[in-house]
Amino acid sequence: MPPDPKGPTGGQWPGRREIGIGVVLVGLAMLPFADLEVSTRDPWLHVSRFLAGFLSPDFNSIKSIAWAVVYTVAFGLVGVFIGALAGLLLAPVHHLRSVRILASTLRAVHELFWALLFLQVFGPSAITGALAIALPYSGIFAKVYSEMLEEADRRPDEVLPPGSGAVSRFIYARLPMALSPFRIYTRYRVECGLRSSAVLGFVGLPTLGFELDAFFKVGRYESVAAVLLIYYLMIATNRQWLRPSLIPVFLVAALGLLITLGGPPFRMENLVRFLTEDIVPAPLRDASLLASSTWVQFSGWLEALLSTQALPGLWNTILVTQMALAVTMVVALLGFPLIVARLVGKFPSAGGHLLLVVGRSTPEYMLVYIFLQMLGPSMLPAVIALGLHNGAIIAHLLGRQADALTPTLRPDAPGGFNLYVYEFVPRLYGNFLAYIFYRWEIILRESAIVGILGVHTLGFYIDGAITEIRLDRAVLLIAVTVLATFAVDAIARGLRRRFQLSMNDLASREGSAIY
Amino acid sequence: MTLLSLAGETIGWKEHDVLVGVDLSIQEGETIAFLGRSGSGKSTLITHLYRRLIAAGRAVALVPQDHALVPPLSVFHNVYMGRLDRQSTFYNFANLVRPMRREVAAIRLILAEIAMEPEMFRPVERLSGGQKQRTAIARALFRGGDILLGDEPISAIDEKQSAVVLDTIRSRFSTVLLALHDVDLARDYCSRIIGLRGNRIVIDKPSGNIERGEIEALYAA
Repeated sequence: MPPDPKGPTGGQWPGRREIGIGVVLVGLAMLPFADLEVSTRDPWLHVSRFLAGFLSPDFNSIKSIAWAVVYTVAFGLVGVFIGALAGLLLAPVHHLRSVRILASTLRAVHELFWALLFLQVFGPSAITGALAIALPYSGIFAKVYSEMLEEADRRPDEVLPPGSGAVSRFIYARLPMALSPFRIYTRYRVECGLRSSAVLGFVGLPTLGFELDAFFKVGRYESVAAVLLIYYLMIATNRQWLRPSLIPVFLVAALGLLITLGGPPFRMENLVRFLTEDIVPAPLRDASLLASSTWVQFSGWLEALLSTQALPGLWNTILVTQMALAVTMVVALLGFPLIVARLVGKFPSAGGHLLLVVGRSTPEYMLVYIFLQMLGPSMLPAVIALGLHNGAIIAHLLGRQADALTPTLRPDAPGGFNLYVYEFVPRLYGNFLAYIFYRWEIILRESAIVGILGVHTLGFYIDGAITEIRLDRAVLLIAVTVLATFAVDAIARGLRRRFQLSMNDLASREGSAIY
Repeated sequence: MTLLSLAGETIGWKEHDVLVGVDLSIQEGETIAFLGRSGSGKSTLITHLYRRLIAAGRAVALVPQDHALVPPLSVFHNVYMGRLDRQSTFYNFANLVRPMRREVAAIRLILAEIAMEPEMFRPVERLSGGQKQRTAIARALFRGGDILLGDEPISAIDEKQSAVVLDTIRSRFSTVLLALHDVDLARDYCSRIIGLRGNRIVIDKPSGNIERGEIEALYAA
């Protein structure tokens, strides 16, 4: 029997093809509502000056850039280490509903939001940087580690003597069975941690983002180029110098360095005030909770906040998310052939790799920041940058799968465009959609944070509230972001189930790289 | 004394019933060999007996067919797992980080008996098939107790070693129940032979008065 051309969902409507086209159409339908204005007077001048910077990068500030690299590595390592440790402790109990909700809440709040909050309590200190990375990462580690434990062989545990303690069983028979995937995933996350750490510089920590921001602000594009080149060098070579055997040494050094980092001294009273006063809604502070007038005021506060900030912010976040998702799909499908030697030839595919590496290893926030410098603050740079970044990530994964498929092609398979549309796209389309639906939630979170740069998404209002030291508002707006993330995650999960988009074996081995 | 008795039981693996109408009574001190083609239900029966004996609170050591070892851990740690229920969590953890002298000494003795001592601190993932099997046996020996249940415990070990291993097992456990593929070893080492074929027990006799033809019929196509 010939395979059903419409895939496992057969004659159902909408099928996989329709849902893909549908998501792009939703993105297009957002265009009339979106602010896509180019507000800089001469964007091409900015673009050409930015690109010209790379022809004559200025390394005169190498000393401060080098220190920024050191801090980037230190914050990244310490943050990921604490996150991994916490994730490891949460993973065995991740099946409990409360732990699952805690972990998904931790990871639904982007590290920049955590940083903005902690800056209020701890200032630009070691604790702020380390926690900003550690908290969301612990949520991710808890989920991924628990999935790996789930998949690991349970036989050794089953034959243990009855009456062995739960912790003993875990450390002897469960944990060692999952250690190898743990190692691979944690190593991958260390690289992510370096990127997150660099981005924290944009909100004031002494990492690479700080240098980048400083040079952009004074228009020193040659120095901007130098920072970016050093950033790419750091990311591209990290597997060479950050060797697994050296990580303990690096970690101790990083801890030592961060402890000596100055900053305001830690005061317990700040933390207590933050938790018991700052984040409590203003009408409820020092008010009688039994008086009805308090609650009338509170509902007025809530209504004003929702109608003037939360809802407009949410709407704009959804606009950016859906448009960026559509761009991501186009970039991914058009981008993956660039790295497939069978399609474009050996040398061009090396160039394609370079392009995709730059696209996916530039943190989304940094990419949006750069595009914003050229195009001015509107949704346009956010949509382009998020689409390019996420598209490059998916294109990279699809391209590698296409490469793996190449030896299995029939000997008389067509070449070029025909091979692309008749073999690769149909074979990889299921994985492509699965990746898109996995990335959807992440794009939403990214759309929210780029508000800090001036696009009117939720991050814009959150940043505003924090600047005005109205942390109660900020926390409520962050909660709205978290709920939106949960909603999108639930819809995406439903769609994946509906279209049977569990990633196949080929994909799931690399699938962890999609989070 | 009767250890366990089954009367007309159906023993299934999930929904697919493998053995029907099982009548079986096992006395303490017996050595029994289960024979039959692969898929005849030997593993199902062994697993069932293990669960029943555990539920009855008996001290049972098991050598499962798939060994169920932890590949990244050393032979020492895999053997130690046979007594994971004897010590506190803290002791177990400390022993995982740094093997306790007392445990090393005890396990060394057991490994020496089955010629595995030189491999004591090698990760199981780097062992040969026969060495892995002997590690699983050592775990059962270290566990100790009155009863040993083994599912093809010597399938990957050469003849000479097999004899040593079976002698060791017999000297340490009073009741020994083994699924075996080697008919001659079964007759030599076990006092009773139970043959399985076509979803049921077809032979149940002392190994002394069993005819070669009867056993051959078990394996006939």
